[in-house]
Amino acid sequence: MSQQNYFGQSDMAKGLVESIKRHAVKEARYMEFCGSHTVAIMKNGLRQLLPHNLTLTSGPGCPVCVTDNSELDKAIALAKIPDVIVASFGDMVRVPGSHSNLQEAKAGGSDIRIVYSPLDALQIARTNPDKALIFIAVGFETTAPTVAASVMQAKQEGLRNYYILSLHKVCPPVIKALLDSGEVNLQGLICPGHVSAVIGAKAWDFIAKDYGIPCVVAGFEALDILQCIDMLAQQTAKGEASVEIAYKRSVTHDGNITAQRILEHVFEPCNASWRGMGEVPGSGLKLRAEFAAYDAEKNFEFDPGPTKAQKGCICGEVLRGVKIPPECKLFRKVCTPKNPIGPCMVSSEGSCAAYYHYGEVND
Amino acid sequence: MTEKILLAHGSGGSLSHDIVNEGILSLLGNPILNKLDDSAVFDVKGKVAFTTDSHVVQPIFFPGGDIGRLSVCGTVNDLSVMGATPLYLSLALIIEEGLPKEDLKKVISSIKEAAEEAGVRIVTGDTKVVNRGNVDKLFINTAGIGIIADGVDISGHNARPGNRVILSGTIGDHGIAVLSKREGIGFETKLESDIAPLNIMTAEMMQASAKINCMRDPTRGGLSSTLNEIAEQSGVSIRIDEEKIPVRREVAAACEMLGLDPLYIANEGKLVAVVEAEDADKILAQMKKNKYGQNAAIIGEVTEKHAAKVTLKTALGTSRIVDMLVGEPLPRIC
Amino acid sequence: MCVAVPSLITALDGLDAIVDVGGVTRKANVMLTPDAKIGDYVLIHAGYAISIVDREEAEATLALFKELAENIEPEELNP
Ligand code: SF4
Repeated sequence: MSQQNYFGQSDMAKGLVESIKRHAVKEARYMEFCGSHTVAIMKNGLRQLLPHNLTLTSGPGCPVCVTDNSELDKAIALAKIPDVIVASFGDMVRVPGSHSNLQEAKAGGSDIRIVYSPLDALQIARTNPDKALIFIAVGFETTAPTVAASVMQAKQEGLRNYYILSLHKVCPPVIKALLDSGEVNLQGLICPGHVSAVIGAKAWDFIAKDYGIPCVVAGFEALDILQCIDMLAQQTAKGEASVEIAYKRSVTHDGNITAQRILEHVFEPCNASWRGMGEVPGSGLKLRAEFAAYDAEKNFEFDPGPTKAQKGCICGEVLRGVKIPPECKLFRKVCTPKNPIGPCMVSSEGSCAAYYHYGEVND
Repeated sequence: MTEKILLAHGSGGSLSHDIVNEGILSLLGNPILNKLDDSAVFDVKGKVAFTTDSHVVQPIFFPGGDIGRLSVCGTVNDLSVMGATPLYLSLALIIEEGLPKEDLKKVISSIKEAAEEAGVRIVTGDTKVVNRGNVDKLFINTAGIGIIADGVDISGHNARPGNRVILSGTIGDHGIAVLSKREGIGFETKLESDIAPLNIMTAEMMQASAKINCMRDPTRGGLSSTLNEIAEQSGVSIRIDEEKIPVRREVAAACEMLGLDPLYIANEGKLVAVVEAEDADKILAQMKKNKYGQNAAIIGEVTEKHAAKVTLKTALGTSRIVDMLVGEPLPRIC
Repeated sequence: MCVAVPSLITALDGLDAIVDVGGVTRKANVMLTPDAKIGDYVLIHAGYAISIVDREEAEATLALFKELAENIEPEELNP
């Protein structure tokens, strides 16, 4: 399946690995913040290529995984309202809330549609004028501008049955919270490529400056990630900490200004609950007052019921990079993709699922 | 207005007689079916293979085929990969009230075409019409029987260390072609489903070599699930090579776009054969001569049992586990 | 975390673009990348173009990788 890789030649990988080996003179632990990086690392078996003194740790960068039980409960409660159609990205529907998930709600009669884009959700709203369409808006800064654009589009068209439940989260505050907790000792951060395409590499300046941790923005091909690790190793070797980009074809220092403006026009920061981390100040996005008419929480009465955490699941620690999935007692034994206990096993981006599906082999 | 199938059509009265006579018998008729007795009656000699499968696909017409062709090929292929020569099929239709008669006719025509291509006959059947909403347009169940020649023993239990794994062509074509037509996902491609009856090719393969230990068609769950099943049943492990697995450019692109993995996408005209190493090249050459095996390739080999049932050597030379599919593959955004 | 694939813009009508990835085409909206033109590669995420791919940078990266590959000893290649 070599076509699937943009560059994908093993000789180029070897060149990069040789370069990493030359530069990795010090012991170091790097965190890949982003779930897509976790998957790419596992799927390509990249750890097998790295020298032993480099360790990779997964971070909280899976928007589905960090969606809190309380937030899922809201989505499920909204889906039970008569004449409501809920539209959701595919990976959300299997994630367990306190008591059930969206897929079960669908089996119980709720009208739940899987969409690929907020544009599809808008279209469903247009073709069902007698129903209310609620889009479950999850995602980081990559996704939030697309949802913001859809809300602006709805406003412009005068579409009155389009609502969103904003569960959006933003990345820099949570990385700050993670570093402030002092739980993980990092020598470098593999910064999310597509979040950075929107907010710009400049968003990570504070990590290099205030925490002295090297930051390199990476793309999602195996070679992009190897290049990023090489650049981190060079910074580690020199004892430097700066923000660099290993994904210059798509990411600039300033990011996509139009997307940032649209995001800020529609959303404002708020506190948000992250699974495993609790409330993180300024890490969420809510609709601004002038877009209240599109806010599902403000326009529907619903009762999500009491929140309950999954027993024995250590997703929180996995998301914080403190533990790896095999350290969870339930991993593989009780918790499998067929019977997921926590969201990290459900989302294809989740660390537990990535370890389960692509666990490396040493034979 | 287009003529629709009504609930009364399935009630066993004269209206249902109409669909059976006009819609079905006229196209699929043969001496055994035409008797319309309560059971089909015929002679068979030798070891019999017997299988059944229910077919539900949304939408019922998709690029490269429809539910009719699917219902014939699915059952023909289940028989073929056991080393059987498929002979007779049953056909049970569950129709949603309101289905345009024209649609039913199209489906029956493709059943006829596929049955002719595979050289099988539909010998018994049933038609039910149910209330709107009770099924999605049309569900089809087919069962089939075939005969297995003396001395043929092909089964998922027979893979042995050292055997080679042959795949008959590109993976994921069917799943992606169908997905492209689903509401809310909409993308365009020239890609068509690979749906095809494989019994001619399996017969040719068996003629070329007696050293085929196991065959299977990687339908739902894709190649990964099929390999895991074989490894499990035979108590072995299988190692495949990512670079050897043929994937069409469009399938790779669509998968990348939707966050899916071709290894988990359904096929309807492909088979995996596990064969003795010494005959692998001969069997491969034979498969390549058949139009449904042009892109066949040896993709890996069977090894002694390890902790991981199926492993894949990536393009970078590293290894990873290839797991079974769990649940429906859902396009992911994140 | 965010699937986004480089896609070629083959048609553009206002905000509505048709993009192509390896023979697969679909609609995309360019509201977030107003400078995008036909012939540009863009990253598509959730139906919207979120960034225009810089072709020169892409080629520069590729050239760098190739150079690294050329620097390794021949016997290390192709095991
Ligand atoms: S393995 Fe399952 S239970 Fe354990 S942390 Fe992961 S998701 Fe939670």
